[in-house]
Parts: sequence; C-alpha cells; structure tokens
Amino acid sequence: MKKVSVSFTLNGDPVTAEVPVTWSLLKTLREYFELNGAKKGCGVGECGACTVIVDGDAVSSCLYPIPEIEGRSVTTIEGIASAEGELHPLQKAFIENNGVQCGYCTSGMLMSAKSLLDQNPDPTEDEIRTSIAGNFCRCTGYIQIVEAIGMAAETIK
Amino acid sequence: MIDYDYKKPESLKEVFSLLKEYGPKATLIAGGTDVMVKIRNTKKAPEVLISLRGLKDLRYIRKNNGYHIGALTTHRMLEQSDLVQTELSALHDGASEVGSVQIRNVATVGGNICNAAPSADTSGPLLALDATVVLEGPEGRRSVPIADFFTGTYRTVRKADEVLIEFQIPAETESFGSAYWKHSRRKAMELPLLGISVALKLSENKEISDARISLTVAAPTPIRAYKAEEFLKGKPLDDDVLREAGKIASSRDCCSLRDSLRCAAWYREKIIQVFVPRMARLAAERIRN
Repeated sequence: MKKVSVSFTLNGDPVTAEVPVTWSLLKTLREYFELNGAKKGCGVGECGACTVIVDGDAVSSCLYPIPEIEGRSVTTIEGIASAEGELHPLQKAFIENNGVQCGYCTSGMLMSAKSLLDQNPDPTEDEIRTSIAGNFCRCTGYIQIVEAIGMAAETIK
Repeated sequence: MIDYDYKKPESLKEVFSLLKEYGPKATLIAGGTDVMVKIRNTKKAPEVLISLRGLKDLRYIRKNNGYHIGALTTHRMLEQSDLVQTELSALHDGASEVGSVQIRNVATVGGNICNAAPSADTSGPLLALDATVVLEGPEGRRSVPIADFFTGTYRTVRKADEVLIEFQIPAETESFGSAYWKHSRRKAMELPLLGISVALKLSENKEISDARISLTVAAPTPIRAYKAEEFLKGKPLDDDVLREAGKIASSRDCCSLRDSLRCAAWYREKIIQVFVPRMARLAAERIRN
C-alpha cells in the first residue's frame, strides 16, 4: 500500500503524519492521531458527523483526500476549548440548551456552527439553519441546537 | 484493497503531461465529492488520481466582456458572490442548493458539470444562461456550448486528455432575469426530482423578447426546452401564455420523462407545468433596470 507523508497544522500545532495515500482526513484524525471526536457516519459526505474545519471552512473530513491536507490548518472538536480547558461558548450553549442527546452528531454540529460564527458573528436563524443543514441529528429535532447556536452568538458578541 | 497514486500537479502543463503518461489509468479529481464517493461505493479506484486543486488560478468569478467562471470555483464561492446572486441568479439558486455547506466548500462547478449527473444543480442554470464550456487539451483550447456538452448520463464531449478551464456567459445576460427551482422532497441534502431554470428578457412594451428554459432530470442529460422558448418569444408575460409554455416544455417535443425510483413521470410532467410559469415570473421580477 502506497504511503504519503503530510505536514499540516492540527489544532494549532505543527504535525506530520505518514499514512496510506488512500486514507481520508477523517481516518487519519481518528486512527493516526487518535482524535476520536470527529465521527464516521455515512462515509460519503451526507451526514456531517465527520465535519472539521480546514482553513476556516467546514468540510466533510470523510471525503477529504489526505494528500490535500499538506500545508493546511485543521481544527477539530478537540481544539475548540481554551488551552486551560474552558469550554467554547458554543459547547457551553449546547449544554445549557440541551442541544445534545445521544451525542453522535454533536462534534460535527459544533464544528459547522463554529465555522459559521467565525465567518458571520451575527447570523440570522436562516443562516444558522443553512450552516447545519448538512449535519443530521436523529434525536433532538434541531430546535435546541439552533437556539444554542443563537445563544452562543450572543455570548461571543 | 483500494490503492492509487495521488498526483498534485501545480500547472496545466504538468496535468497534461501526467494525463499523457497515465492515459486511461488516470482520473482527474477536483473537490473530490463525486470521485471519492464513487470509489467508496464501487470499491474500485483508478490507478492514478490527478488532483486539480493545485491550479489555484482557475478559481475566479469575473465580469469582463461577459462573465467568466473558473472551473475550480467552488459552489460556496458562487453562493457567496453578490455578482452571481444579482446578475446570474439561476446559477446562484442552483449552487446554493448543492449538498451541504461542507460539500459546497470543496465541490467545484467544473466537477459538477464534468461528472454530468442528470440531476446536477448547476447544469440547468448554466444551460438557461447560455454558457459556453472552455476545454483545454495538449493541442490548445476549444469552446463548446453547454447545450452540446452532455452526451449521455455521466457522459460528455470532454476528451480524456482535456481539462475544463472555464465557463463563459454572454454579456447580454446582464439584461436577463433568471431563476432555478430544485423540486425535491426536503429542503437540504437532496437530489432534485426535477430541476427547472428560466432566463428571460422583456422588451419595453413588456413582451418576452427572449427566453431560455432548461430542465434537469427530464431526460438522460440536462436539456433546453427549445420549443417552449420559441413559443414565448414575442408574447406577453401573462398566465395563459406561461401555462401554455409549461405544457409545451413538459411534452414529448421537449423532454423524455420517465418513471424512476424517486418519482413517477406523470408527476414530473405536472411539476414542469407548475414551475415553468412560476420560474418565468420570478425571472421577470429579477430583471434589473
């Protein structure tokens, strides 16, 4: 099996990985770096459980070919709390607002929401809904999640 | 076991020499949201993937003697472009409906068109906007009207050694209004049961001076409904006229509707009849002074 060596920034730290060239970013995060926050759901870019942020944009890491990550900056759920361990305002808002039930979609939801708020600090409800339209949640019915993102936007402001 | 080589050329010249070296063993990959899914689903991969992501100067949206859209422009760039929203509205409607934000951030408009799915959300708008596809190969460039680009389901006139470079949309589009309707069962993460695009232009006395209608999932390829377009020209924008245009567009003269797992032909026919008039009205509202 052919391998590739890639160097990139992962949650603020420079890293290098040597992995099979066919691996996705998701597989590299989970199996090489043992960061298990990003989840595998459908594996074909439909469910959003694997969402991470690459150079500021939310992407489906299950479809991201690992050779393409060279030189880029990746943020995962493991990298959004402060260095001292204080949760991100989005994480706090999800807890306070009961935006989590089984939790499988949660890290993907949070990464989509973080990318939205980083790019658009004052989103409308429509914009919030569009940002997580690619993140399937089968428990909550989305209402608490949408409210939590709105609440976090207020806090950050 | 899936295995492949992954090449990352940084210029078109390098792409052509890799294509020459590997020939049919190679597949081009841009955003990868179709290519990677196909590899997952079929458990088969080409020997070599040649990535186009290094061709950074093919990501642009420009207005300069007509409109120019680089093949590697992402759907998200189209969605966030004020120029596309106001002057190429149907393309904005289509690009904003593709997959999710996560997909639109990487998936390219060139990839959407080269993949040539009958349901591609940018194909109908580009047809209605009368786009031209610019291809480049080792022998140089050639331009193909998008209406001649698709030859079948997942098939196009692009030769194996050619790369799609850009889409050109004529300057006269400035005086058209346009709209695209993706008919689907839910609001996101869906393929259209049917796609309808209309672009039109009104004369000073409010007659339809030019009209273009395109349909997706209405035939093996995205198509123009030429007979319905002809019918509209010179007619007033009123309900009876638009209703008749919808009837013509949904007839065998324009498309070949079929029953599929996703919905029945009779339903597709009704949807065309309802949404050709609605999209024509919306397109007319969007004409700028």
